[in-house]
Amino acid sequence: MSHEKLTMAQALNRALRDAMAEDSTVLVLGEDVGPLGGVFRVTDGLTAEFGEDRCFDTPLAEAGIMGMAVGLAMNGMRPVVEMQFDAFAYPAFEQVVSHVAKMRNRTRGAVSLPMVIRVPYAGGIGGVEHHCDSSEAYYAHTPGLHVVAPATPADAYGLLRSAIASADPVVFLEPKKLYWAKDEVDLAEAVPPIGRAVVRREGTDATLIAYGPSVPVALEAAAVASQEGRSLQVVDVRSIVPFDDETVCTAVRSTGRAVVVAEASGFASVASEIVARVTERCFHSLAAPVRRVTGFDIPFPPPKLEHLQLPGVDRVLDAVDDLQWDES
Amino acid sequence: MLIDPDGSVATQDAWQLPDHDTLLAAYAALVTGRRLNDQCYALVRQGRLAVYPSSHGQEACQVAAAQVLGEGDWMFPTYRDTVASVTRGLDPVEVLTLLKGDWHCGYDPTKHLVAPQATPLATQLPHAVGVAHAARLKGEATVVMALCGDGATSEGDFHEALNFAAVFRAPVVFFIQNNQYAISVPLSRQSVAPSLAHKGVGYGVPGERVDGNDAAALLAVLRAAVSRARAGEGPQLVEAHTYRMQAHTNADDATRYREEDEVAAWVARDPLTRLEIFLRAEGVLTDEIAERLTKDAERVAQHTRDGLNLDVRPNHEDLFQHIYAEPTPQLREQQALVADELTRELTVTGAPA
Repeated sequence: MSHEKLTMAQALNRALRDAMAEDSTVLVLGEDVGPLGGVFRVTDGLTAEFGEDRCFDTPLAEAGIMGMAVGLAMNGMRPVVEMQFDAFAYPAFEQVVSHVAKMRNRTRGAVSLPMVIRVPYAGGIGGVEHHCDSSEAYYAHTPGLHVVAPATPADAYGLLRSAIASADPVVFLEPKKLYWAKDEVDLAEAVPPIGRAVVRREGTDATLIAYGPSVPVALEAAAVASQEGRSLQVVDVRSIVPFDDETVCTAVRSTGRAVVVAEASGFASVASEIVARVTERCFHSLAAPVRRVTGFDIPFPPPKLEHLQLPGVDRVLDAVDDLQWDES
Repeated sequence: MLIDPDGSVATQDAWQLPDHDTLLAAYAALVTGRRLNDQCYALVRQGRLAVYPSSHGQEACQVAAAQVLGEGDWMFPTYRDTVASVTRGLDPVEVLTLLKGDWHCGYDPTKHLVAPQATPLATQLPHAVGVAHAARLKGEATVVMALCGDGATSEGDFHEALNFAAVFRAPVVFFIQNNQYAISVPLSRQSVAPSLAHKGVGYGVPGERVDGNDAAALLAVLRAAVSRARAGEGPQLVEAHTYRMQAHTNADDATRYREEDEVAAWVARDPLTRLEIFLRAEGVLTDEIAERLTKDAERVAQHTRDGLNLDVRPNHEDLFQHIYAEPTPQLREQQALVADELTRELTVTGAPA
């Protein structure tokens, strides 16, 4: 009975519900998370089930929400805050950078902040301006935060349970375009620890490294490539911070070629960091420079142009074609 | 105002003068606080503190904010609230760790329920609301004293914190020490509101103004706000009208933005003098007691000097230990790199790194 077919939104909702049932200090707060159940329905039914002391709407002010969550965590709670959209989270940025990320360090471990910041994340849903940013680099660049991005309903459930159980603050990036993607979820399965990547598809010719919304793109590219006679391995990073160098580098060494796929603008990005890490560690195993397929260095485009910004299967396969096959 | 600058009692129907014991305890803390401020000022010149934002002239606010709190109450201080934190029971040497530069927060906030001193402005105020709300959810009668200055009332977090506290009826006392300056910028450039206490109006938070150099009035007003919050009647905003007698820090030159006679006018309103005159007139403060209080204050100053003159060898492992509960593999690598560098340095110089 523990196997269920769930959308990612339902899996997240289940994770919140199960965590709240197990631990009365787990609280959910944010904008429209109460009776409405969140604009993506991730908190659906939680206020009805646990009462409005446990899942509650706040005034519409993200810095206030984040700052209040810091105080709640300082005084024994495990708050899970929802930032309604990635690009609406910026008013809370100072709280995240100066306090959420630093409290343990400032106090030499005397005060920790076990809190989760849920962020509906990235593009692909035709959202209008300020609804589709890929903001992971801002968070990943801030020491003290864990940053994760699930790509499957099962990981959404497991990683959110791990995030809520974590003693440290976790920025939880939920790919909006995958909210309605359905898959089997084994709720009884051991939850994946934060910090471990996973090989989603085995392959021998090159490795595609992706996370969050780019994982299905990489898998589709690998499927197409196999019809063209090329065997692509796909690694799902899952945890941007801490980064799993071991799994990623083992994978790249096994193929000798790699392409990193991510929606965020490429300049000074997480994708760039992955390229640097892989190159530093796997140089002698590489047959070609590691390529990036990322969003362009432009503000997120309007809905009718976003298909040009998002890494697609063709662009990924073009990058794979560029991996100096003739010279090897 | 309950006690005039000349030490005589000002008639007030609404507020009762605190009893003699309370006022003497406040006076004792004022003497210690003034001595500590002066000691820290000297320690900066001696190079033992990197910087010290003094509350000289604001000691009545500092002392009252701490003394109206009960054991289970929290305080959220700023960088200028060293005296308030010490009055609350913290070791001055631990409080001054931040300004000495050995670490950031030098004390365990959970021990005395004093949050780390905040250096960004107003960001600690929403935390105060969260701590207060968590206490209510747990059924605890905690009140949170959240301190800020006049400059901080321009920050968004100040307004969001007031609003959140009001909406959640959180037991928070927001206490503004309006010392007239944010570094060099005068109050007139922060706000044209009739007073900073008025800023509660838009959020449904009652505001109160009080003479910030009158310890008696501060104790009365803050104690009432704390009682009200504890009774579940929600947050309150208190604005104390006071003055920063010294520059923002030792690195600041106050003569560039204010006149000497403005400062001189406030000398006449010194918070210590008026309480001393009053307590002597009442026969509560005798020469003998005054001498004892001076000695007590000197002991605190001596302890502070001794602590700060001690060269603590900073532990390089601290750099990596407290980022996460468990260091990431990357942090372990970086920690090993620093350890290796220091070992090699030791080999080359023969001196402990």
